[in-house]
Amino acid sequence: MKIGILALQGAFREHSAMVKRCKAEAVEVRLPFELETMDGLIMPGGESTAIAKLLIRYGFLSALMDFASSGRPVFGTCAGTILLAAKQNGQSACILPLIDIDVSRNAYGRQRESREAQVKLSFSALPFDAIFIRAPVIESAGSGVEVLSTFKKKIILARQDNILVSTFHPELTKDKRIHRYFLEMAEETGGTSVMIPPPAAEAAIVK
Amino acid sequence: MEKFGTMPVKKGLAEMLKGGVIMDVTTPEQAKIAEDAGAVSVMALERVPADIRAEGGVARMTDPEIILKIMDTVSIPVMAKVRIGHFVEAQILESLGIDYIDESEVLTPADEKFHIDKWKFKIPFVCGATDLGEALRRIGEGAAMIRTKGEAGTGNVIEAVRHMRTINDEIARIASLPDSELMTESKNLGAPYELVCLVAREKKLPVVNFSAGGIATPADAAMMMQLGANGVFVGSGIFKSQDPAKRADAIVQAVTHFNNPEILAKVSRCLGDAMHGLEISSIEKNNLLQFRGN
Repeated sequence: MKIGILALQGAFREHSAMVKRCKAEAVEVRLPFELETMDGLIMPGGESTAIAKLLIRYGFLSALMDFASSGRPVFGTCAGTILLAAKQNGQSACILPLIDIDVSRNAYGRQRESREAQVKLSFSALPFDAIFIRAPVIESAGSGVEVLSTFKKKIILARQDNILVSTFHPELTKDKRIHRYFLEMAEETGGTSVMIPPPAAEAAIVK
Repeated sequence: MEKFGTMPVKKGLAEMLKGGVIMDVTTPEQAKIAEDAGAVSVMALERVPADIRAEGGVARMTDPEIILKIMDTVSIPVMAKVRIGHFVEAQILESLGIDYIDESEVLTPADEKFHIDKWKFKIPFVCGATDLGEALRRIGEGAAMIRTKGEAGTGNVIEAVRHMRTINDEIARIASLPDSELMTESKNLGAPYELVCLVAREKKLPVVNFSAGGIATPADAAMMMQLGANGVFVGSGIFKSQDPAKRADAIVQAVTHFNNPEILAKVSRCLGDAMHGLEISSIEKNNLLQFRGN
């Protein structure tokens, strides 16, 4: 399983580290052609204005739309979620309309409103420590969107077909559950590459 | 159950700024240019470091009116500087709802002995450092982000390089030491023992480390990234150059594609004049900003 991590700006190293801890391969993606061999893509948190500008400048938009329509999964966190949303503040002005949600940027306020909170995931019994950094809010979602977690009555983790979005940062924790969920999506939607060998097997090969 | 202003939340914002460029701005118009060019954050100032250096006098926190106007103009996070040790300036910035506070040697220090106790604030702090001991002392005081100091307002990258290399070398050295030597190392560095052990184990600083002080070109920015910076601050380098919008845009691309010389060549073309810059040896030692607060 080979997961591309969009590495234009933001917390891409944390996502890479998390994917590696889940025993999949992580590859930093900085140019559109690098998407071709990926089984899935993570769009990290960062500043959405800066990432959007670089996506447009380097011709990523059509490549990303093609990537998603091939059925391969895409996981957006925070800024990544803003970029994948069909609508922002009720306007359909977004650049990669891949999930039927309406987002509002920096909706909690400035950094002093950034917070940690325990939330519940629909697919797991134990609570998850969610870290929200100048987070967006998902104001509404279409009927095709499956809600996987909410916080204060707002959707914070959601999925529509092969697109997964979160308004918080699972990559900043040690908790692998959400990344594992995403890797399972990649397997379901036809991740073709072989799993990388576990450390013990790797050591045997080196010998 | 919610918690605000915790270390993960403070460090988290710095994590989101990585691979990005933080630009010094003095007006809402400059802030807009920076945001449009792809800056991840702006530092709201009354004067850029090159002007502070040229004009002399006491440099203080920026007028809150200017800071608020800049906060209203852009959607990206806004930072502002306070004097070293000036905890009341920091309280004022916190009350404005600023996103990050830079306790900065670029302003005239307010306390020659003590830095601000940054644990007392909900807003995160970034602090300058010239070596590992200094970085760990600031983290020990509660800084959630470090930037190498360089020599601000010179447009000369040599000090930024020196400080980044020094920190990298010191991390590599303590990572190679047996545990039994770390207490003496902590004494020699003048750094908290627990943080020295943490760095020895993790082989990196426990917070994000940006490069600052003297970056003037896309090549400077990319070099600092290749030396291991997580991102860059560009102070005077943008708005003291001939074509700020174009240079800002080029430096943003250079920080993303820091390992791709073809792209660096492309974005470095036709940028107009860079800031004129200063030879470090032409500055009297007591006018060097990097020795303020250590």
